[in-house]
Amino acid sequence: MIKKEPSMDAQKDLLAGYFARLGRAKDEGRPVVYTFVPGNLVELMAAFDVAPVYPEVNALQSAMRQRSSGFIREAERGGHSEDVCSYVKCDLGMLAKGNVGPTGDTIPPPDLLLLSFTGCFTFMKWFELLREQYDCEVAMLHVPYVGDGVVTAAMRAYVVEQLQREVIPKLEKVTGKRLDLDKLRAQLARSRQAEEDLAWVFKSARHRPSPIDAYFGGVYYIGPIFTSFRGSEDACRYYAMLRGEVEERLAAGLGPITPEGSLGDEKFRLVVEGPPNWTSFRDFWKIFYDEGAVCVASTYTQVGGTYERGFRHDPANPLESLADYCLSCYTNLPLPQRSRILADMVKEYEADGFVIHSVKSCNSFSAGQLHMLREVERLTGVPGGFIESDLVDARYYGQANIKNRIESYLQMLHARRTGGSVPPPPRPERVHLEVVP
Amino acid sequence: MTTTQPTIEALVADLEARFDDVDLGHVRAWKDGARHRLAVGCLPVFAPREVIWAAGALPVFVRGAGDRIETIRGDAYYQSYICHLPRSTLELGLLGHLDVLDGMVFPNTCDVIRNLSGMWQTSFPQHIVRFLDPPQTAEPASAAAYLHHELTTLFRDLCAHNGVEPVPARLHLAIADYAAANVVMRELAAARQREPWNLPVDEVYLLKRAADSMPPRDWADLARRYLAAAAARGRKPEDRIRVCLVGSFCEQPPRALLRAAEKAGCYIIDDDLTLGVEPNGPDPLLGDDGDPMAAIVAAWLRTTRPSAVRYDEHGTAGRILAERVAAVGADGVVFAAPSFCDPALLDQPRLTRVLDQRNIPYTSFKYAENTGQFQAIREQAGTFADSVKLWGTA
Ligand code: SF4
Ligand code: SF4
Repeated sequence: MIKKEPSMDAQKDLLAGYFARLGRAKDEGRPVVYTFVPGNLVELMAAFDVAPVYPEVNALQSAMRQRSSGFIREAERGGHSEDVCSYVKCDLGMLAKGNVGPTGDTIPPPDLLLLSFTGCFTFMKWFELLREQYDCEVAMLHVPYVGDGVVTAAMRAYVVEQLQREVIPKLEKVTGKRLDLDKLRAQLARSRQAEEDLAWVFKSARHRPSPIDAYFGGVYYIGPIFTSFRGSEDACRYYAMLRGEVEERLAAGLGPITPEGSLGDEKFRLVVEGPPNWTSFRDFWKIFYDEGAVCVASTYTQVGGTYERGFRHDPANPLESLADYCLSCYTNLPLPQRSRILADMVKEYEADGFVIHSVKSCNSFSAGQLHMLREVERLTGVPGGFIESDLVDARYYGQANIKNRIESYLQMLHARRTGGSVPPPPRPERVHLEVVP
Repeated sequence: MTTTQPTIEALVADLEARFDDVDLGHVRAWKDGARHRLAVGCLPVFAPREVIWAAGALPVFVRGAGDRIETIRGDAYYQSYICHLPRSTLELGLLGHLDVLDGMVFPNTCDVIRNLSGMWQTSFPQHIVRFLDPPQTAEPASAAAYLHHELTTLFRDLCAHNGVEPVPARLHLAIADYAAANVVMRELAAARQREPWNLPVDEVYLLKRAADSMPPRDWADLARRYLAAAAARGRKPEDRIRVCLVGSFCEQPPRALLRAAEKAGCYIIDDDLTLGVEPNGPDPLLGDDGDPMAAIVAAWLRTTRPSAVRYDEHGTAGRILAERVAAVGADGVVFAAPSFCDPALLDQPRLTRVLDQRNIPYTSFKYAENTGQFQAIREQAGTFADSVKLWGTA
């Protein structure tokens, strides 16, 4: 029996409470707002006391409960191509089947569709499809891509203006309330506090052994702050509790918690780029911890905010701060910067290697990752590993293939460390994703 | 003095030679023709042609290599589930075919092109690389201010690079040059709808692709010559259905595929293959403030033709497609999208729902720019054409 840390139960309670509150939202007269995770405006939404829904979260939760395949097939029957993002199809399939969410509760329809369009073009297409389904208010926030790696004053001003002229008026319309700037500031101050603790937790992986797994554990850590809880008292409590637990693990010299208990022997320290697979999340994780591989840093945990790289919300400049947050999310950054972030993390966390997990669904992450692989190798002198699957489409997850690739990659890292001569895993000249029947 | 009208064969041969010249020799020749001339590559779909041209730079649309070169190195940069365009574009660059270009503009067409912009920065440091994220917001004032700023920055940067002054007069001239080209583009669209038997899709396509990399007035002259020669053909209409081709706005289908679809019984009378060089709404019109950049911005934001890469603010793309089908007198729609193209493929169900409601027949298939097998597509297009002819439905 694995000993659970209190923060795990706390997070479970948070999530259950969220879905329960969502279920009551209509009865309690709280408007429901559908929005996306990266670049979300949760503090602003909370200032209006609306109930946010994140379709990606529903998709990943459905996948973890093995329900996504049916939804994807449903969307494909409805005319959607096998080629396109499976998050979109999972959501549309779920909608076609009555919009019953991952916990079995029906997700209420939106009063406002709020597209904060950060870091992914497909969001826009997804949003257009969702809008067809609902007769409700729509607000679009176009967050420009930071193509040259610099957030310019013009970009910030553009986002702020849209907040003032488009997003806030729409929120005021659906709620019948005026924006309370003090309330927003208070939310942002609490966000900052939780961000401080979360960043500390991620930075703890610089120690040996690392007390956390910043990828497989990290996806749990980011759950509350990437979604509805940023800016809430609950989030502050959760992150303080998490930090306390990690401090204890650190003091005790313990490794990260895995589904099979604490990892005893940290053999490899890895940095990971790309989202995880959700349909076989546990099996995927096991491949790593079975080999004593700990993920000491990851980029996926920065898609909803680059906290460990220093971003903090700023209550003194609320709208500008929201703009900066949207602009600086990881997938809104250009590839050279993403490569440098990876390279910096390899150095900062003294990683033995880095692994790119490329997912079929996500062009935002995946297009160009083989280039990043070469770039990070060039910048660090460390060889990288490359594996492929999908987010929520189980047809594209091949356990044996991924296990094989990770094991040979780790062997190569081991040989490198000990001066042995295991050749590097073959560089994919042309990569083929195998569809698992 | 008498001028001899070129034969249509000679014109088409010239267009073909331009198309096949992956080294862009005609762009090189243009640049060498005078001082202060640059050439700037533009990825699909929309690029600020007037702004680039005003800076003394020839906009050159780079729409992948199609099947004109074999993609080997570019493939090593992309997983199998990414479309083909970025691979062949990289291949063109890596093999030096794009050496004539001084820079590249990457519009935010999708995440693949977006990410390619970063790869370009690292791989081709000699190029000025600019990413352009045209506003997708429904909020017009902030959109206009932002786009004005972005285009002004681009204009100034290109002018500085080219050693010319970024004066408004340059923008005025560029607007007039493209307005002249747009007049002929509209004539071309009308002529092909009127007499598709005299303007086969392959030739129209080559002509529009020539617009990808020609000074606008030169292209307008060439297009007028082609229109005159095509009209003089005097061919007889055949028993084919008339279709709009939708979804091929970025990665291009092989020419042989277009020919196959037409031979199978369809006249392609309208397409979205080269949206960036076509008028997609009214031309820029100078406002009271006399600011030509503001006119370019306003025209950009007023685009009336929906496309999968522009936010469909009112959810009207399906209705507008259906109206377009009616306006051009098409019998149906052929959806042809590149494999793994999220924008095109995610649009299709929204569009087909409206076509279904209005009983407009359609068929759909996917391709890659280097597809070599057309049998299945030919058969599908043939069956589609037959069933529309017989029953008026697919
Ligand atoms: S493409 Fe990627 S970021 Fe965009 S919706 Fe799909 S999974 Fe999310
Ligand atoms: S073909 Fe589609 S996915 Fe590929 S680059 Fe073009 S728009 Fe993007």
